[in-house]
Amino acid sequence: MAQPARQPGAAAAPDQARPFVVFDSVSLAYDESGNAIEDISLSIHEGEFVAFVGPSGCGKSTFMKLCTGLRPPTRGTVEVDGKPVKGPLKISGMAFQNATLLPWRTTLDNVLLPLEIVEPYRRRFRRDRAQFVEQAMALLRTVGLEGYEHQYPWQLSGGMQQRASICRALIHEPRLLMLDEPFASLDAFTREELWCVLRDLWESQRFTVVLVTHDLREAVFLADTVYVMSKRPGRILDEHAIGLDRPRSLEVTYSEPFTNLVHSLRSQIGEIRGQ
Amino acid sequence: MGNKAVERAAPWIAVALLVVVWEFTVWILAVPEFIFPGPTATAQALWNFAGPISVHSWQTFWTTMVGFSLGVLTGLVLGFIVGSSRFMYHACYPLLVGFNAIPKVAFVPILVVWFGIGSVPAILTAFLICFFPILVNVATGLAPLEPEMEDVLRVLGAKRLDVLLKVGLPRSLPYFFASLKVAITLAFVGAVVSETVASNQGIGYLMMSAGSQMRMPLVFAGLIVISVMAMIMYEVFAQLEKRMTGWAHRGQSAL
Ligand SMILES: Nc1ncnc2c1ncn2[C@@H]1O[C@H](COP(=O)(O)OP(=O)(O)OP(=O)(O)O)[C@@H](O)[C@H]1O
Ligand SMILES: [Mg+2]
Repeated sequence: MAQPARQPGAAAAPDQARPFVVFDSVSLAYDESGNAIEDISLSIHEGEFVAFVGPSGCGKSTFMKLCTGLRPPTRGTVEVDGKPVKGPLKISGMAFQNATLLPWRTTLDNVLLPLEIVEPYRRRFRRDRAQFVEQAMALLRTVGLEGYEHQYPWQLSGGMQQRASICRALIHEPRLLMLDEPFASLDAFTREELWCVLRDLWESQRFTVVLVTHDLREAVFLADTVYVMSKRPGRILDEHAIGLDRPRSLEVTYSEPFTNLVHSLRSQIGEIRGQ
Repeated sequence: MGNKAVERAAPWIAVALLVVVWEFTVWILAVPEFIFPGPTATAQALWNFAGPISVHSWQTFWTTMVGFSLGVLTGLVLGFIVGSSRFMYHACYPLLVGFNAIPKVAFVPILVVWFGIGSVPAILTAFLICFFPILVNVATGLAPLEPEMEDVLRVLGAKRLDVLLKVGLPRSLPYFFASLKVAITLAFVGAVVSETVASNQGIGYLMMSAGSQMRMPLVFAGLIVISVMAMIMYEVFAQLEKRMTGWAHRGQSAL
């Protein structure tokens, strides 16, 4: 097959028979103030790219904590890879709006950090360091950070720090990548550049991505499925399948189907905020 | 042009100025030497008693350094324990504040009873006075990390100790090295204070006995020697701090 055009949920690939992440009527209350998210049921297939949009404080970051096992649900169940989630899921990698790189480590050492912590890499870290360094360098190369591996975070621009942070999230080859507004603090050009970096990484490795974003164009450009959440307590209001052909180029963002999708999302969010 | 050179010379100029003002004051007020000696008299004493002064200085120096080393070890270990969890921090805090409020000189008589006159009380006083700032700095440096970093690490299965070793400890290093500068000067204070009452060696003892014989120039020579030693050690640790924690002073976007 020459053209890997992909319709989310449409192809009958075997791994899509059983979803990878399953939320079954999940609610979470941090404290007595009530549910942060409420009655969320959804499933994400292995290799799917999903995006969450919704008003601030609606529980998007909370969703990520549930998905990665950092918080147990108050009600309902979360399953990943066929097993109920109990405790932190090592098969996930996370990146956030601020890159949170450690200032005393070089870019390379920052990227290697997860391997010093997560099993089974941790045990072999000293012995196989050369191989891990090779792996990290390859990753840095693909995000365009070649030549910066021995620089410290303060010597990198915001966009470069974000690239490094994404490498750190991916170094242990997670099956589940969690991105919480990763490009929010970047300028428009750098952001679009990083969309393409992320797109290429995903196209080549096909991990499952959960992306939280406020940027509707970003959601539509990158995702297979966009979930729209309500104001607190966060519920899933709508689910948009993005049928745009893959791989997508930045050109697509000027096409009519694209702008229509963004437009309808925009008005939907406007309504939610207006309520 | 020589902005850098002027900056480098400034401390020396300040010292020279102080010496001039000192000499001039003594001269104009005509204070007798056994009350308040001028720089010349002090320098003379330094020269004439170079032998005994260096013996006593060495005594003060090594007791201070031993006490300081004990203080660094204890401060590091206790600081790590106290700072490792909120619970420990809360549990230990009042005790630490209480301990810090005790003037350490008050321990000297106890130490003399326990260990007799000599080097041991000086070492222990230096130790008691200098470990506290190290402890507090290390404990504060280990303070909780930002929630996102915590998530990144926790999702990988990081244990509490991993987080402390990979993030907490390196991040507390600048605080640690900064506290060394404070601690080394305090250690000198501790050793000298102890020597004045509980020793027959050391600069503290030298000053005490010279003072009781009204040999004031020698007392002042002792003062000068102590401050020079303290200044040198301070500079050593300042340089060490610069070496070890450059990252903390360069990045404005540090953690
Ligand atoms: N640790 C916590 N303890 C108590 N309440 C919390 C905690 N974390 C989040 N909340 C609350 O839960 C709700 C959802 O928070 P969450 O961080 O998931 O929102 P969000 O959608 O990520 O918002 P934003 O878009 O601003 O990042 C908010 O009302 C918030 O105040
Ligand atoms: Mg959030």
